Amino acid sequence: MDPILKVQNVNKRFGGLKALDDVNLTVERGTVHAIIGPNGAGKSTLLNCFVGRLTPDTGTVMFDGVSLLGRKPHEINQLGVSRVFQTPEIFEALSVLENVMVAALAHRDGAFRMNAWGALDAEAEIRDLALATLEDVGLAQRRAMEAAALSRGDKRRLELAMCLVQDPKLLLLDEPTAGMARADTNNTIDLLKRLSEERGITKVVIEHDMHVVFSLAHRISVMAQGHVIVEDRPENIKGNPKVQEAYLGGAHA
Amino acid sequence: MTNLNAADRLLLLLFAVAVLAGPVILAPFGAGYPDLLQKFAIYGLFAIGFNILFGLTGYLSFGHAAFLGVGSYAAVWAFKLLSMNVLPAIVFAVLLGGLFALLIGYVSLRRSGIYFSILTLAFAQMSYNMAYSVLTPLTNGETGLQIALDDPRILDGAGQSGGLPLTNLFGLPMNQTWESELLGMTVQFNVGFYLCAAVLILGFYAALRIFRSPFGLMLRALKSNQNRLNYTGVNTRPYALAAFVISGMYAGLAGGLLAATDPLAGAERMQWTASGEVVLMTILGGAGTLLGPVLGAGMIKYFEAILSAINKAELSDLLSFLPDALREPLVSVLALFVGEGWHLTLGVIFMAIVIFLPGGLVEGARRAMRLFSRGASDAPSEERPAK
Ligand SMILES: Nc1ncnc2c1ncn2[C@@H]1O[C@H](COP(=O)(O)OP(=O)(O)OP(=O)(O)O)[C@@H](O)[C@H]1O
Ligand SMILES: [Mg+2]
Repeated sequence: MDPILKVQNVNKRFGGLKALDDVNLTVERGTVHAIIGPNGAGKSTLLNCFVGRLTPDTGTVMFDGVSLLGRKPHEINQLGVSRVFQTPEIFEALSVLENVMVAALAHRDGAFRMNAWGALDAEAEIRDLALATLEDVGLAQRRAMEAAALSRGDKRRLELAMCLVQDPKLLLLDEPTAGMARADTNNTIDLLKRLSEERGITKVVIEHDMHVVFSLAHRISVMAQGHVIVEDRPENIKGNPKVQEAYLGGAHA
Repeated sequence: MTNLNAADRLLLLLFAVAVLAGPVILAPFGAGYPDLLQKFAIYGLFAIGFNILFGLTGYLSFGHAAFLGVGSYAAVWAFKLLSMNVLPAIVFAVLLGGLFALLIGYVSLRRSGIYFSILTLAFAQMSYNMAYSVLTPLTNGETGLQIALDDPRILDGAGQSGGLPLTNLFGLPMNQTWESELLGMTVQFNVGFYLCAAVLILGFYAALRIFRSPFGLMLRALKSNQNRLNYTGVNTRPYALAAFVISGMYAGLAGGLLAATDPLAGAERMQWTASGEVVLMTILGGAGTLLGPVLGAGMIKYFEAILSAINKAELSDLLSFLPDALREPLVSVLALFVGEGWHLTLGVIFMAIVIFLPGGLVEGARRAMRLFSRGASDAPSEERPAK
């Protein structure tokens, strides 16, 4: 047992709404941990507490032995945590390749490096790394396109490439296949599986698509109304009456 | 010039040739005289620097004239205390412009969007008012800072006699002009202009390097999606501050050159209208493009020179071919747009460009090129690497 992420007793309120209610979560190194649950369960809110977008009202979030609370987003990323957002966050005005190069530069050069005199064209290593990663996610053909022109599914794959090029220790994926056609979804599953096997990157995946969840996850946490109601191995989740109740009682999945 | 790709080298070469040939190219347009040529180059530099902040990062400063003013004061002080050689004055102006930008940028960049703009505006107006009041010992208040006969000038002041000394580059006076006849025109080659032109070319080269550098990429990413950049592990604040300081140094440089060609400095250079002008130049030419700011600066300074010189009587002469009944009302309407009222013309042009050509003059040129060379691949020139 070697937890990379340890979340204890996390609470978060938005006015009268208890978005996170005493959440506990442990993610083992090298595994894929899925979080599922109906809309509004608090899944994205929980991820926001890992990357510095939100600070929990109470509780602790430990990553690889250090607390993430109170750290800025760029500091958390530099510790090795990358995230794909629920609504794609990319650099729309840059080319697809430049998007990935920014991420690769941030990984190599750290949070700030004044390199105003060197030529981007001379960064062959960064370019090759970015291209190889685009190849991995299947976007190499579109490298010269303006990112704004990509389809929603492709934007998500681009964001995934931006995270992967940083070789993160922990990859947070908020609905990585939403908006993708079936074939692209399957490609993405294959890619994520391959990454787990080859590089052993730990992942936390939020997904509504059960096909994706059950193909990838080693463990699953089910959230409803701010609680983690069940945490178990995939084969034990399907038949669990609490889970069925959460989905039937709450909004549709 | 290594480190640039072939297209950029060509761009730089053409730019340099066009600038150096400025006195010849612009003579037929009535803009070939030293005073105006110097202004083209100096405000071109100012706008190039401004564009590194606004065009690349999207941070819109309304206070950049403050750095220009600081540069001018710094240069005049260098003339008073050190030497009439323009080199130390220019170096001093750049350093002080940068230092000032560091202070103002550090505070203003704690906010973004409109709040950032307001903060820069407030700081610049504060500087302007202080130059008129408490800082009078440094700025000489309303009279403006000038050189005087009894200034110490520790490097070259000894044994001075006669009139006020001239600003010079190792003895070559800035106001020296050679005239020559070319194609039936009188062309004026002026030392001050060629100093400004050389600095403009260097400034353009530096901007080109910055645009094509990893730093430049980070700035464009910052403009596109600051949030994403943070979550990608980049601390955006120092990047924005670096861009702010660099643009402040360009402004200081421009201020220093203003003083080098005419050694006086007044607070009006720091006024908000002057800050607004560089915003107009950049947007008019094309924010975020390499050539746009220079074109915008040239256009505004050209219209200022031509239109502000026309008065009602000249207008009347110009339209003398019209019948009186038509001429009188036309003249009184047009008179609003010339002389003191040339800003009205500027406003109209600006609105037309923003509405019909949001990318500025460069965008206009690009569209024209596309019309002419339909089907041919995009011009090798610059910008929009994505496409
Ligand atoms: N910044 C915020 N301010 C106020 N309320 C918020 C904020 N962020 C989320 N909420 C609310 O908190 C609850 C949980 O939202 P969250 O986005 O975490 O749900 P989710 O599980 O990710 O749902 P979905 O599957 O729809 O993405 C929702 O009721 C949402 O409206
Ligand atoms: Mg969500």
